[in-house]
Amino acid sequence: MSTPKDNHDETSNGNGEASNGDGELYGVLAEFDTPGELVTAARKVKDAGYTEFDCFSPFPVHGIDPAMGVKRTILPLVIFGGGFTGALGGLALQWYCNAHAWTWNISGKPTWSIPANIPIAYECGILLAVLTSFFGMWAANKLPQVWHPFFRQERFGRVTDDSFFIGIHASDERFDHARTKKLLEDAGAIAIDDCHRENDPARKTMPKWITAFIIASTAFALIPFAIAAKARTSKSSEPHIHIFPDMDFQPKYKSDTAMDLFPDDRENRGDIEGTVARGWLEEDDLFYRGLVPGDNGTQWTTGFPATYPDGEKFAVDDKLLERGQKRFNIYCTPCHGYDGRGQGMVPTRAALNGPTWSVRNLVDPTSVVATMPNGQLFNTISNGFNTMLGYAAQIPHADRWAIVAYVRALQRAQNATAEDRPDQRTP
Amino acid sequence: MSTAAAEAHPHEPGKAREAFRAVTRDVAWVAEAPKPHKAWLVALAISILAFAWGIYSIYKLLWTGIGVWGNSNTVAWAWDITNFVWWIGIGHAGTLISAVLYLTRQTWRVSINRSAEAMTIFAVMAAGLFPLLHTGRPWFAWWMIPLPNDMGSMWPQFRSPLMWDVFAVTTYLTTSVLFWYMGMVPDLATFRDRCVAQGKNIRAIIYGVLALGWRGSARHWHRYERAYLILAGLATPLVFSVHSVVSFDFATSQNPGWHTTIFPPYFVAGAIYSGFAMVMTLLLPLRYLFNLKHIIKQEHVVAMCRVMMGTGMMVSFAYLTEFFIAWYSGNPFEGFTFLNRCFGPFWWVWWLMMFAGNVVVPQFFWSKWVKNNNVLIWILCIVVNIGMWGERFAIIGVSLSRSFLPSNWSYYSPTRYDVGVFVGTIGMFLMLFLLFFRFAPVIAISEVKGASPEAHAGGPSIGGHH
Repeated sequence: MSTPKDNHDETSNGNGEASNGDGELYGVLAEFDTPGELVTAARKVKDAGYTEFDCFSPFPVHGIDPAMGVKRTILPLVIFGGGFTGALGGLALQWYCNAHAWTWNISGKPTWSIPANIPIAYECGILLAVLTSFFGMWAANKLPQVWHPFFRQERFGRVTDDSFFIGIHASDERFDHARTKKLLEDAGAIAIDDCHRENDPARKTMPKWITAFIIASTAFALIPFAIAAKARTSKSSEPHIHIFPDMDFQPKYKSDTAMDLFPDDRENRGDIEGTVARGWLEEDDLFYRGLVPGDNGTQWTTGFPATYPDGEKFAVDDKLLERGQKRFNIYCTPCHGYDGRGQGMVPTRAALNGPTWSVRNLVDPTSVVATMPNGQLFNTISNGFNTMLGYAAQIPHADRWAIVAYVRALQRAQNATAEDRPDQRTP
Repeated sequence: MSTAAAEAHPHEPGKAREAFRAVTRDVAWVAEAPKPHKAWLVALAISILAFAWGIYSIYKLLWTGIGVWGNSNTVAWAWDITNFVWWIGIGHAGTLISAVLYLTRQTWRVSINRSAEAMTIFAVMAAGLFPLLHTGRPWFAWWMIPLPNDMGSMWPQFRSPLMWDVFAVTTYLTTSVLFWYMGMVPDLATFRDRCVAQGKNIRAIIYGVLALGWRGSARHWHRYERAYLILAGLATPLVFSVHSVVSFDFATSQNPGWHTTIFPPYFVAGAIYSGFAMVMTLLLPLRYLFNLKHIIKQEHVVAMCRVMMGTGMMVSFAYLTEFFIAWYSGNPFEGFTFLNRCFGPFWWVWWLMMFAGNVVVPQFFWSKWVKNNNVLIWILCIVVNIGMWGERFAIIGVSLSRSFLPSNWSYYSPTRYDVGVFVGTIGMFLMLFLLFFRFAPVIAISEVKGASPEAHAGGPSIGGHH
């Protein structure tokens, strides 16, 4: 530890080892006892015309800024700019994503509605302002900078504890070693040290391994960008990389696909020979196929089944006809029309391109349908006829019988005579 | 290091220096003590065990799927979202202490702001886990970030409150971390200089890198204080917006018990209430263990009790308002929801947690005797923590379990993985906080010095030893 008196002696600065082999003078560092004295001294230094000096304290000392002549920082303006940019950028981002690149139709609401976009614009504004304050403050202070000539003074280690310093840089044009020290001494310094720059050239350059590490890590960091840039400008037949495939690719075969395992190279396996799948026995020839025993083994039935397979009685009643009407209107009318005359929407439209499409008139008394047995009609619905495809896959058996009944009703209705009027009908 | 040297100093150091040195020494002692307190070690061990249980539960959750939780079609948001809201709320006290009390020049905050900010960060980290895990496939969480992608330029839906959540919570975490770290830099420099003086080189390098070369320059302090003030100014609207946005997740929906405009202020008041309870839960034992009773003074504890009393009564008032509106609106679903909260299958959540914790407890703080009985305060704070968790669950889980259609009703019970993840986040939170309390400057040293009467010593008006 030194006293102001010691400091008149040029060779002593209270920090013996550090001064050995020092380089050029960086500045002088004066210690003060209290924050109040620091402020007073700082004012004296400023009034003496120094500009390149700084005060150091463990906490922000009240009144030091005007004493030193520190100008108000422009940081708030920069931060405002940052926040403004953030808010506008947040709006622009949302507009681009939701109103431009990928519009969302939600109940027909407008694709761009400011009120719902305010919260994110607000958060973006705050986020960018915060980042600007944080990084802007460090940048303006030229930190991080972990080395500094003043750190070489052991005494300076107390600046973060209980001590107060003024450092005047030798680069100041008014700097004069003796006169500057005298000024600080008069201002109430309790100790004054000379600070020198490091003069060992080996320590002025960065260690080689740090340089190598920085170059290597920077180069590595660029690799992903290079790959992305290449991928954007080139074509590839390879599929995208799925980092998380989830269930996109499953180790299973889907129906009707090729498979090497079986001799027929098909993944589908047919029914096992001699077996019938549950519920597919279809023993009742009359109900399932419209056949009854006849002269040559079987013939088409002219009636209806007596029972359903579950034993319920099959009745040709209003309920059956209503059901038949509904099914007919769904499946048959596109071609045959609601009245069964073969004037549905499909032939009507097809006719616009020329008479290439003929549909059977179901109700014409001269039509084959008029005299066709019920069983054959049922079979035609099931398996199709000429260009008509079978409807077995779409219409259950019971509904096909209902349609047969309804076609018969249509034939009767479309060919009605005066005697068919309800008032003429015999009960 | 310098006690002996200072005594040998021919210039008798003033009382001011002694006071500054005492602050540095007492705070640094927490990190410098050669052996931590046994209670600290035991607490750390327990919290690490709890954290490990949480990691195991998360592993099971991710490996098997969300089905290991008790969530169902009816109660689709259950413990996970409850915990998210609860943790976020706890974080709010830290920002309130560091930012709002800074702006309102409440100097008593300097003793607790650092640890409260650390609490905020760890609480937000715990909170952030839950929505992430709730997605079921957290590896797709990047879908919430507006990144160009090869999925047919699919972008996030920015008009969804869930996206607002993503932005609000991310901004909040970023701001809290930067605010906390920036406030800590001068104190890290203090630690650095002490380690240099004591010859602890490795610690000196670590603290040195973290301190960014801070040297207490007045020109630096000038910009630093400006930036700190502005950060506080930015954090204040942010903290109010975050819990408002969280409450929008509920308020913008149609569900009875959720669809109400009172939510944003109600949630924010509850957040501050629960956050202060958590600050006290942590600090009351630690100020005793680490001998910081003369820095975190009893009057600071009393002040925090007053804040809890105020915010707690705001929460009680919000309950009253909700009940009034449920009746006054004439909406039968709304009315049913609130009757169901009190007398339905989850009646105990309402009475034992919400009512006891958030309506009854604040009334205790009228008493001077209670405000000076730290053991009782600590117990009350635990009750408040449970009560606020109960409130979040009553709003989320209980409302969902009985919404419009009785055919949709169901009960909710958590599984051990619900419990495991929740306990795990508590373990993580405590572990991080205990580590922070051992290795970082737990009290804002420079701010305490700046707020002390000695900060003006030697000045022309107050006068030091001159």
